[in-house]
Amino acid sequence: MDITSQRTDGALIVSAEGRVDGANARKFQKAVENVISDGDSAVVLDMEDLTYISSAGLRSILLIAKGLQKRNSKFAVCSLQGPIREVFRIVGFDKIVSIYDSQADAVKELGG
Amino acid sequence: MVRPYKILVVDDEPDLEPLMLQRMRRHIRKGRYTFVFAANGVEALERLDQEGDIDMVLSDINMPQMDGLTLLEQIPKVDPNIRSVIISAYGDMKNIRTAMNRGAFDFVTKPVDFKDLQITIERTLAHMQEWREALSYRNKLVTIQNELEVASRIQQSILPSEFPEDIRYQVYGNMEPARDVGGDFFDILDLDKGRKGLAIADVSDKGVPAALFMMSCRTLLKGVAIGLSEPGPVLAEVNQLLHEDNETFLFVTVLYAVYDPDSGEFTYASGGHDAPLLVRADGSAELLPLTDGIALGVVPDLEYRQHTVTLEPGDTMVLYTDGVTEAQNVRGDAFEVEGLHRIFGGSLASITAREGTDSVFHTVRDFMGEAAQFDDITCLTLHRDK
Repeated sequence: MDITSQRTDGALIVSAEGRVDGANARKFQKAVENVISDGDSAVVLDMEDLTYISSAGLRSILLIAKGLQKRNSKFAVCSLQGPIREVFRIVGFDKIVSIYDSQADAVKELGG
Repeated sequence: MVRPYKILVVDDEPDLEPLMLQRMRRHIRKGRYTFVFAANGVEALERLDQEGDIDMVLSDINMPQMDGLTLLEQIPKVDPNIRSVIISAYGDMKNIRTAMNRGAFDFVTKPVDFKDLQITIERTLAHMQEWREALSYRNKLVTIQNELEVASRIQQSILPSEFPEDIRYQVYGNMEPARDVGGDFFDILDLDKGRKGLAIADVSDKGVPAALFMMSCRTLLKGVAIGLSEPGPVLAEVNQLLHEDNETFLFVTVLYAVYDPDSGEFTYASGGHDAPLLVRADGSAELLPLTDGIALGVVPDLEYRQHTVTLEPGDTMVLYTDGVTEAQNVRGDAFEVEGLHRIFGGSLASITAREGTDSVFHTVRDFMGEAAQFDDITCLTLHRDK
């Protein structure tokens, strides 16, 4: 698991790579929370290079989203690949978390 | 020598004492349990005080002077490590729910089935043992690994140890825990009119908090399921109860189904869980539709849709967790639902539920080879006999 981040058009983009499972879910959550600063009013988690996410990983995303909600920041995920999209659909997270097809779509909707 | 577990039985019904001593005589003789009795909550508190070493309380609800629900509130003040089991009227959801909110560990329904009671007592004592151990580990500040071991034993202790025996159908389940992540369980419930409730679930984390979340999920599911007969409303109710005091943001995916052995009707609802696989007697298999429910414990006030199919004689229903379909081999390929299709492809009319479940475990194990197991693997198979 690896994350990188950049700020663009009013949104913080965090890109995750590799696997997020029970063994590293907390580390993942902390890493994402660490790159978020108080000024970020919108955060997009880009999952294009994510290969696997377990339910513990989904819980991390939920915790990140709740943290942002508390401070009235917007949150979305984007670019879910087939298996990841399927996990979101089965667990029903597609109804809880805003999902966009591309980073551009997410930024357009959340940023600015 | 290990001392017997001391169980306090509280009931205003004088018949229960001789009956209990008679039915449990073998366990008493073997030195496994001793019983003390009280006729109401006030007497029970006196007994708890006098004895000082009671492990478990088994209490009726309606009693003069002090009822069982009031007693439940008092017990933790005497000793927070005592575990309580409530005896309630069948389907008395209101009292069962209140009892569980007040910390009851489990419940049995009237008329008391002593075999079921014995299983419940064993489960409660096993849990209490694990809990005490967890506490002592905490006190000793030993490594997280030990805590995970305790959590995993709590997990094992809630799984059914017996499977229904019936000429019309069979059910068999198994769970193989991963070393440090995962949180699967399954359960088989006796419902009214001979129907069975089948549940398979996956909690989003491992460790002691997740194991306790799992316990409460299992108990709530059991309690709600015998009060409501439809899987959709059952999940809605359990979701609500889990959400109410969920500060951990743990959640659980659950597939809950009600099976009617007479008609073969199988009605299920999914709360974020993988779809069941229906394998017909001729070996053709189909993944049943998801009912689009969200995992339980996350969002309040949800409705859960349900779906019904009929098992014809010779048909098999396979319930599983993502530990099966996401099991990886050394090359990083996943087992997928296709893996299940491969197992069950071909004629299965004569397979037993146990053979079905066992072959899932064998095949997944072979597929994984030397690769590490990332998640718990659970499978519950239902087979309608010819």
